[in-house]
Amino acid sequence: MSDKKVILKVRNLTKEFKIRAQKFGEQPQILHALTDVSVDIYEGETLGIIGESGCGKSTFGKCLVQLHKATAGSVEYDGRNIFELKKEDLKNLKRDIQMVFQDPFSSLDPRMTAGKLVEEPMIVHKVVTDKAERSRKALELLQTVGLDVQHVHRYPHEFSGGQRQRINVARALALNPKLIVCDEPVSALDVSIQAQVLNLFNQLQKEYNLTYVFISHDLSVIKHISDRIAIMYLGRIVELCDANSIYENPLHPYTQALLSAIPPESPFEKRERIVLSGEIPSPIGEQKGCPLAKRCPKCMERCKTDAPQLKDVGDGHHVACFLFDDK
Amino acid sequence: MSENLLTVKDLKTYFFTASGVSKAVDGVSFTLKKGETMGIVGESGSGKSVTASSIIRLLPPKIGRIVEGTIDFEGKDIIKLNKKELLNFRGKDIAVIFQDPMTSLDPVFKIGNQMVEMICAHQDVSKEEARKMAVEALKKVGIPQPEKRMESYPYELSGGMCQRVIIAMAVCCKPKMVIADEPTTALDVTVQAQVLELLQELQDEMDTSILLITHNLGVVWKMCDTVMVLYAGKTVEYADTKTLYAQPLHPYTWGLLDSMPKLSDTVKGELNTIPGVPPDLRLTGNCCNFYNRCPYAQERCGKEVPELVEVEPGHFVACHRQNKENKLVRGEENRNE
Amino acid sequence: MAKQKNTATAEVLGAEAHSQLIKRERRANNVWNKLRRNKTAMIGLVIVVFMMLMAILAPLIATHDPNAIKPSETYLSFGEKGHIFGTDEFGRDLFSRIVYGARVSLIAAIGGTVVGAIIGILLGLLSGYLGGAVDAVIMRLMDGMLAFPFVLLAIILMTILGSGLPNVILAIGIGNVPSFARVVRGQVHIVKNEEYCNAGRVLGVSNIRMLFRHILPNTISPIIVYATLNVAGAIISEATLSFLGLGISQPTASWGNILRAGKDCLNTAPHIATISGIFILITVLGFNLFGDGVRDVLDPKMKK
Repeated sequence: MSDKKVILKVRNLTKEFKIRAQKFGEQPQILHALTDVSVDIYEGETLGIIGESGCGKSTFGKCLVQLHKATAGSVEYDGRNIFELKKEDLKNLKRDIQMVFQDPFSSLDPRMTAGKLVEEPMIVHKVVTDKAERSRKALELLQTVGLDVQHVHRYPHEFSGGQRQRINVARALALNPKLIVCDEPVSALDVSIQAQVLNLFNQLQKEYNLTYVFISHDLSVIKHISDRIAIMYLGRIVELCDANSIYENPLHPYTQALLSAIPPESPFEKRERIVLSGEIPSPIGEQKGCPLAKRCPKCMERCKTDAPQLKDVGDGHHVACFLFDDK
Repeated sequence: MSENLLTVKDLKTYFFTASGVSKAVDGVSFTLKKGETMGIVGESGSGKSVTASSIIRLLPPKIGRIVEGTIDFEGKDIIKLNKKELLNFRGKDIAVIFQDPMTSLDPVFKIGNQMVEMICAHQDVSKEEARKMAVEALKKVGIPQPEKRMESYPYELSGGMCQRVIIAMAVCCKPKMVIADEPTTALDVTVQAQVLELLQELQDEMDTSILLITHNLGVVWKMCDTVMVLYAGKTVEYADTKTLYAQPLHPYTWGLLDSMPKLSDTVKGELNTIPGVPPDLRLTGNCCNFYNRCPYAQERCGKEVPELVEVEPGHFVACHRQNKENKLVRGEENRNE
Repeated sequence: MAKQKNTATAEVLGAEAHSQLIKRERRANNVWNKLRRNKTAMIGLVIVVFMMLMAILAPLIATHDPNAIKPSETYLSFGEKGHIFGTDEFGRDLFSRIVYGARVSLIAAIGGTVVGAIIGILLGLLSGYLGGAVDAVIMRLMDGMLAFPFVLLAIILMTILGSGLPNVILAIGIGNVPSFARVVRGQVHIVKNEEYCNAGRVLGVSNIRMLFRHILPNTISPIIVYATLNVAGAIISEATLSFLGLGISQPTASWGNILRAGKDCLNTAPHIATISGIFILITVLGFNLFGDGVRDVLDPKMKK
């Protein structure tokens, strides 16, 4: 792993949202969406990010493409912190880091045709200025993602979910990006279509040497597409390892519980479920100790006061839990 | 074998729109036995939700209409019920759990009031008794401090809790059958597991039948005794769950099973997919609906609509190439078993 | 990806059939075709078109010169001496005045709405998109204007500007700015948080392009609906101003000042006020019906 080139270096990324006070005169509260997230993303790999709703995985993606302004921390790309870039550099950066959104029904402007949608990035960045050349390139891109000439003049609502997601991908590809943040790109799709889109992602990665940050709540999807997986819980990465070991050797109690909750793969399979008592605690207000402390079956005294750091326990398998502190 | 509770035969529900007739449900047949759980799986637009709405007769007025078929519930034909009988049927005999728990509860009323109102509408009890029943039901579905929760508004509860409240509402009238339309799609996996287990417990306790509509095959494997696969408004395969998993017969079912990424898969392998997209429901009905995506299609498939036939006892399939005499063997694509 | 199949029935489920279907769907969901299926909208449209034709073709329709005074034929009733609607206090032909008045009234109403819409849309877009201090300043200004009763505002404006058609248009326009700005701002707030706007931001779309290529086109439907309904209100505004003697000045005919003239002789010649009142009523009704229909058609909830 270590000989690979790091494309994105995320250090102590933190995002807090201020929540407006409910009552007059009350102090505004703070929602800790993302706490101290540090991770290296290697060139050409797929980093899968998984977690339950509210764990901060989408916030993480949105911070990378700067839809959210991070409260603290840094993201280094090409040796420079992307949060400190000036106007022109920022625009160039946006060519390199693209995003595919979750909901294929709302992420395309309903009043633009597929062709125009794919042309837009080229217009914005003045990549291709000749009109005919641009529409030719747009068609080419649409064909790359499995659509064809008859689709160019259709509006988004005339496509099915899978086809719309293909348009989204074509749009992201238009600028030859290096890294694509995929925020639940297949969650809204049907199984058979989901498989097609996943194959498309894999095929494009090989072809263009893309790096993906792939966010999803579906472990089998993440397992299928990722080289490494980060498991998030309450704004923190609790485990980070390569895709196979998460299934074969999950270490963090939360990962184990999550795995045991996944529906079986056949009617003959019976899973022993590890139950986490109670619900996910609120990310609002002061956070103390390990985020899982209240629900963890292996909770120790120390967990209630200190938050464990993400540590390497060998073979690039990182885990944030005091159980593995001595190793 | 226990007795049949619900028998749906050749149900056809069409939507009449300005741009054509959409054959949302175009020939669905199945039988649900007492105490059994049946799964309906299919992609969006396959007609699984419309089948459910047809059974409770809650179709969008004017546009949607049941044009053919019978829905037999304990000897009465649901399609012929009048308004009053229908109201009695819904809620008392049948309860429905919808996909989105947050929108199925009225946000301006307290949970307790909503439950009491529901109970009073269907059972001849006083308000105090209804209240007691409601608290009892909340306790049964595992909601901590049920008395306190009765005074909460829906937005004060999480999605999983709301779904529990809805299940509590569904069970306190002791319905003979529960239709669960994607009950866990909006929930996280850990919560999903809890809700599904709760449904199973309640079923064992009260001996109700469950019609579980889902797109998630994993949920089917976990919950269902029998399963029906829908494609473009038609039943393509119907069998008990284990048979369907071990010996699926319809090419669409094969494709569906192959398309699921599995945890045991190798990383970044190519998934076997079904090429193309499902047909528009305004175009279907003249041939096998799967014809244009099926790798095994023959000339006949493009000309005739296949009938649903019982190939083996209890195993129904609608495919021209699958019958008693002549069996199609699943192609070279080998799945990781 | 997909293996191409060239067998016979590609025509039933295949791409060609699907394209045909999309064409049919486009036709069925075309705004005009949807409007045609809407009865109220069609009734409204017929009235509106009738009034507009009347205004445009006034010189052909009018039987007399609307401003020709004939002292010998004052206060004639319906049909007397070839005057279809009779005459007014100066002996001018009422029918011709109504016909020419339609011109003035419709131009004032539609013009006023357009002026109000243009200013309102710009302010609303800025206010909704930029938010913060700009939003606060613009919206408080609008609130201030809304706090004035329209008539009072118009009186002030007309006193400053003086009477005459362009000034009536301007006064009605300015009076309409706050409500347009509010409608647009509300829409912008919804649209700017849509995922496709976020997608644009990730692409690096500039603010100007975002505003005019993405946000404005997606807010236009409710603006059209509001504008159509607003014309009805503007007709009344013009009538009000003229009725108060602040709008179109004599001898130019407008429905408002015909009504004003009719007021003075309600006992002796009630037909003058009645006829002009009826025309105002029908036109307002027409625009309202049409606007309701347009709303049904363009309502985002009806969209799939």
